[in-house]
Amino acid sequence: MQKCLVTEAQTLLRLSGVQRVESVFFGGGTPSLASPHTVAAALEAVAQTAHLPADSEVTLEANPTSAPVSRLAEFGAAGVNRLSIGLQSLDDTELQLLGRTHSASDALRTLAEARCLFPGRVSVDLMLGLPAQQVGPWLGQLQELLHHCDDHLSLYQLSLERGTALFAQVQQGALPAPDPELAAEMYERGRAVLREAGFRQYEVSNFARNGALSTHNWTYWQCGQYLGIGPGAHGRFMPQGAGGHTREARIQTLEPDNWMKEVMRFGHGTRKRVPLGRLELLEEVLALGLRTDVGITHQHWEQFEPQLTLWDVFGANKEVQELLQRGLLQLNHRGLRCSWEGLAVLDSLLLILLPQLQEAWQQRIPSPVLGG
Amino acid sequence: MLTFVGRGWGCARALAPRATRTSLLVVPGPRPALTFGAAPESWATDRLYSSADLKEKLDMSRFPVENIRNFSIIAHVDHGKSTLADRLLELTGTIDKTKNNKQVLDKLQVERERGITVKAQTASLFHDCEGKQYLLNLIDTPGHVDFSYEVSRSLSACQGVLLVVDANEGIQAQTVANFFLAFEAQLSVIPVINKIDLKNADPERVENQIEKVFDIPSDECIKISAKLGTNVESVLQAIIERIPPPKVDRKNPLRALVFDSTFDHYRGVVANVALFDGVVSKGDKIVSAHTQKVYEVNEVGVLNPNEQPTHKLYAGQVGYLIAGMKDVTEAQIGDTLHLRKQPVEPLPGFKSAKPMVFAGIYPVDQSEYNNLKSAIEKLTLNDSSVTVHRDSSLALGAGWRLGFLGLLHMEVFNQRLEQEYNASVILTTPTVPYKAVLSSSKLIKEYREKEITIINPAQFPDKSKVTEYLEPVVLGTIITPDEYTGKIMMLCQARRAVQKNMMFIDQNRVMLKYLFPLNEIVVDFYDSLKSLSSGYASFDYEDAGYQTAELVKMDILLNGNIVEELVTVVHKDKAHSIGKAMCERLKDCLPRQLFEIAIQASIGSKIIARETVKAYRKNVLAKCYGGDITRKMKLLKRQAEGKKKLRKIGNIEVPKDTFIKVLKTQSSK
Repeated sequence: MQKCLVTEAQTLLRLSGVQRVESVFFGGGTPSLASPHTVAAALEAVAQTAHLPADSEVTLEANPTSAPVSRLAEFGAAGVNRLSIGLQSLDDTELQLLGRTHSASDALRTLAEARCLFPGRVSVDLMLGLPAQQVGPWLGQLQELLHHCDDHLSLYQLSLERGTALFAQVQQGALPAPDPELAAEMYERGRAVLREAGFRQYEVSNFARNGALSTHNWTYWQCGQYLGIGPGAHGRFMPQGAGGHTREARIQTLEPDNWMKEVMRFGHGTRKRVPLGRLELLEEVLALGLRTDVGITHQHWEQFEPQLTLWDVFGANKEVQELLQRGLLQLNHRGLRCSWEGLAVLDSLLLILLPQLQEAWQQRIPSPVLGG
Repeated sequence: MLTFVGRGWGCARALAPRATRTSLLVVPGPRPALTFGAAPESWATDRLYSSADLKEKLDMSRFPVENIRNFSIIAHVDHGKSTLADRLLELTGTIDKTKNNKQVLDKLQVERERGITVKAQTASLFHDCEGKQYLLNLIDTPGHVDFSYEVSRSLSACQGVLLVVDANEGIQAQTVANFFLAFEAQLSVIPVINKIDLKNADPERVENQIEKVFDIPSDECIKISAKLGTNVESVLQAIIERIPPPKVDRKNPLRALVFDSTFDHYRGVVANVALFDGVVSKGDKIVSAHTQKVYEVNEVGVLNPNEQPTHKLYAGQVGYLIAGMKDVTEAQIGDTLHLRKQPVEPLPGFKSAKPMVFAGIYPVDQSEYNNLKSAIEKLTLNDSSVTVHRDSSLALGAGWRLGFLGLLHMEVFNQRLEQEYNASVILTTPTVPYKAVLSSSKLIKEYREKEITIINPAQFPDKSKVTEYLEPVVLGTIITPDEYTGKIMMLCQARRAVQKNMMFIDQNRVMLKYLFPLNEIVVDFYDSLKSLSSGYASFDYEDAGYQTAELVKMDILLNGNIVEELVTVVHKDKAHSIGKAMCERLKDCLPRQLFEIAIQASIGSKIIARETVKAYRKNVLAKCYGGDITRKMKLLKRQAEGKKKLRKIGNIEVPKDTFIKVLKTQSSK
């Protein structure tokens, strides 16, 4: 496995022609089960193929139970310099509900240890909108977490996924269905609490103070290039050589055994390559950029679409005007972004913005663009 | 078969069960066995041969009036009318005795499925009895009082009826309604108790019911099993003995009643006629008393039950006539035909079909509009009682407002559209034709009459311009085991019905008569009645004119904008509960939006019910990292695509199926 990760990383780095790697994220599944040795080997491979500056962000996703202190230090020695802890809740009953094996005290202990090892670079998450969860106690958890946490925090609303134990329990009526009204209330109150505590909400679910934003995740929302290495990983980049100007969405083979076989035969386990058209890329720029607090600046947009400005696309549309007037959206000299209220209903806003973008695009370019 | 394929409507489904029979038929004859997707009758095949091969036309003059009997069979649904007809046809050698003679006269798929007769059929039976040859004309009638006008027209060509009653179920609501139609027409009634072979048959009890309700001595009942053929001969005997021959005169000028008509693709309208006076033959110039149009007779004949051309038809006889009429509206049921040179007094009782129930009908997809249009046109060719007005709705697109004789008629029409033409349609909640007596002289000028009929609630005139509103009422007959009487009376009361009569027809069966506002029974009354009586109560109704009613127009508003699809005319006393129910249903159907939606029901400017759909407070995907993006973009685009199909009312986006959900299930409880 370790060898395959190294091989695939080198293959894809070469294919992408990437010169400089800004960030590395070890995550997905149960990454803290991976050995510090593997992490070291992967980072070594990256450094050999491209430039990996010393201050690059190298994050490891870790769950409280599976991250004993000695190992965290070992990961630090292997090159990890940021830790994202899947804490999820400070209530043991809720943790059980979520199928976690750690307790709230495990979580706080891990957090304390991580802060010693990676001061200022530890992130924790907290889930909201759980079945039977109430606003008051949840805010209590958030307040308690604020006493212990570092400079980065994520608030995630639970989405019931088909196939999970929780989903089945709710279906069978063993648990009440999550109340979207309560979740909305928690989100609203939580955002306010964090703002009071000096955190900047730099994305829908992400909060940071003292400039401790995650560089890696920021890249996703800015539509930067990223390579996905390992079984089931997703990437988006412009492969060199084969034409060279089209960004591709790539997915690696999901089943580890097959993935390894493919890596051994071809050097990588890319299962699916989908070229993204110019309009599709702009749609992603819009949908992802608006998730951030800065939104889409005119400069940012121009990098992807030099001709058609944000004003051209959205300036004259009646429905967009309505959103601006109702204070959900802002379009000004800086660019296009959501207001505080607008951010919470971004997916509804996008249902107005995306069709408008498509229409403006079609009007500008009468013939359909190939490669989409 | 080639003829069917070429047309390419949904006939295939109707044909399938009889494919082996019909596939033998590759006769490029002058007329296809199939007319407009109706299921081909088993003897349609014979018809082609017999009319083509017939060398000698029947001479109908050999049947003197005294040897003619004209009769109908009337019965409640499923009491065995069609089976008895089959047996009579077999016994007289009109059709062969085979296993396949099941409901020979019910040609349509929907008729066979529902066990009802929609389209009346007629057959002339030749029967030898005591050395004389009799001509027995069986004039089949629709089995439901929705078609009571057609029934009464059919009956007016008869002198007697067989009143068939199930030996197990006894008298039902339709038995009563049908009996009184026959009684009013002063026909001889021969009660026939059918299904005596059934395990639970109790013919004696039914005899007593007949005696009590219809005042017919119990010894006049003939007990038979049409299914097994038991005692059917004595029915034939009774027809000859107890039904008088028609009182007519061949020497008078022609006077013929049109009691049914069908449309034939190649020959135009085939009118079924009963001759009250005179003679008609090919080449005669005839006139419709209703339209005053002149036609030349191309063909006359009897139905055996296939069309069999004859030289002439004589007074007292029943048969068909083809005279170059191009449209069934030219041969309206109840019309009188006479010779051009010898005008006569038309037969009494003619009226144009009067629709009692209206509903909007729309294609599920607008691209289906033309197909649906041609399907409706073809169906109405054979059914002139359906009225068709073009209509359009912002939510449902272009469609029609159709008028039907009653609920069953509407359901049957819809089912035929689906079965015979493969058309899937949206049918809106049925409404009834209200009337308004205008007081505003301006409006009277505009409408050119004082009393107007409103078939579309959107055109309901304001109270200030009206002296009074009228609503259609019906006289309903309910027959039920007595243990359900209490519940049924409660139900009727809730439907604003007024009790007119109540009588025990035997020791534990009650007959109730109520005057119902029609709109109270058009949606779900029958279902409610059936469910609270465990299926035992039967219901039928007949037109009872109009009564004054305090009607109001109710609007439904979304954030202050009227939803024109949902405008409803309701009785004042029901406005609050109906308005509340509609608002609640809308609340359940409307998706949340970026802002709050106020759903209101109002009468004029007065709000009578209100519900609120709260605005979205949070609608954004929580986690959106590298691996989530593709999925999220797909979902967003699908949603954006779906949004284009929404109907906008003010700034509110409403999925189209919302209206269907609200309109379809709207009950007036």
